[in-house]
Amino acid sequence: MWSEVKYLFLKEVTLEWRQKYAFNGLLLFTVSTIFIIYLSLRVKNQAGLPDHLWNALFWIIILFSAINAVAKSFLQESPGRQLYYYISVHPISLIMAKMVYNSLLMVVLATLAVMVYGTVLGYPVINTLMFASVVALASIGISSVLTMMSAIASKAGNNTVLMAILSLPLLIPILLLSIKAVKNAIDDLTWGDTSDELITLAAVDCIGIALGYVLFPFLWKS
Amino acid sequence: MDKLIRKWWWKILAVVLMLYVVCAGLLFDVPRLVILNETIRVLHFHVPMWFGMILLLLASVVYAIKNLSNPSPKNDIYSLEFANVGVAFGVMGIVTGMIWANFTWGEPWSNDPKQNASAIGILIYFAYFILRGSIEDENTKARISAVYNIFAFAILIPLLFILPRLTDSLHPGNGGNPGFNAYDLDSKLRKVFYTAVIGWSLIGFWIATIRIRMRLVQHVTEQ
Repeated sequence: MWSEVKYLFLKEVTLEWRQKYAFNGLLLFTVSTIFIIYLSLRVKNQAGLPDHLWNALFWIIILFSAINAVAKSFLQESPGRQLYYYISVHPISLIMAKMVYNSLLMVVLATLAVMVYGTVLGYPVINTLMFASVVALASIGISSVLTMMSAIASKAGNNTVLMAILSLPLLIPILLLSIKAVKNAIDDLTWGDTSDELITLAAVDCIGIALGYVLFPFLWKS
Repeated sequence: MDKLIRKWWWKILAVVLMLYVVCAGLLFDVPRLVILNETIRVLHFHVPMWFGMILLLLASVVYAIKNLSNPSPKNDIYSLEFANVGVAFGVMGIVTGMIWANFTWGEPWSNDPKQNASAIGILIYFAYFILRGSIEDENTKARISAVYNIFAFAILIPLLFILPRLTDSLHPGNGGNPGFNAYDLDSKLRKVFYTAVIGWSLIGFWIATIRIRMRLVQHVTEQ
């Protein structure tokens, strides 16, 4: 099974590498969103954004980039290719490969977003390591939930609006936890003060991955 | 469950318990407390809504799991109607809470973590109904909505039981506010409250079973 996961994962990466427009498009979407926020808020670099606003806007950017990035994982697969997967690989390997790939994609996208966002709107975070671990955990959680929702939406008639409706309320717990944890990283609190949030975030990630593992085979049957 | 639906003893029990809850909840002596005053009676009408909601949604998930392992229109109907009544209980819980908060906290919605979490929970289940509406084929609908139902419940549990505990809440019993144990010295409230929890849950299941029977009859006549 792990060789299948590895093979499917490499296939996703190769596919992304060959059609760079999809990734570049995502990057452009994220950068444009950040730039629109920068221009519409008219903040000077020195004065900076109030910390809570910086935090909230950052997670909204991540959320919408994630929906755009992960939506295509099942929605853009042609019916022919889905049938090919169906007969050639185990459903669990498929969902695991997609989850790993999407998590990695989100981590890369979030890192680039932080760099652009930090450059134009200031970077108030003091404990960068804590910030990075929250972003990584949240990326894994968001992308595993979204991968599953993308699979559900693709079975319900390839509807992008449906995907947003299904996943937004499910993602709010992850976002609330991340916003609170990042606030601690901005205020330079100790790891002990943030451990509750980090552990819960990791637990929610595990729930998301486990649900994908258990439920995807049923979804894939049709 | 199939046999229990047609039994009548628990329905009579529900009526008796609810008669007691309505009379006792509205008429019995309650502890006099500042700010709360008579609004403490909401304990018997607001809190049981959440117990009822969780039990009904749990029943819905159980039938969703059954539906995945053994697909049948009956399991799907059970799962859907338990979710329907569960969400109705959730909405009533929010509304009764808002009425109470208007008198005690000064405004119906004060950005309390528990209020927010329950509103998000209701949104998750509204998405479940929209998902059901968007799929034409009956078998696909049953299977996919069962998958989403399990997913939704698994996210709902940390949302309602873990997240609000990480922040201070205005609710009694949270964030340094005195809870049940401090008010209810002579266990009078407790007696009515536990009866209310059982009574309201039974009423919820009763409503759900009536809807289930209607759906089952509809399903048979349609074929």
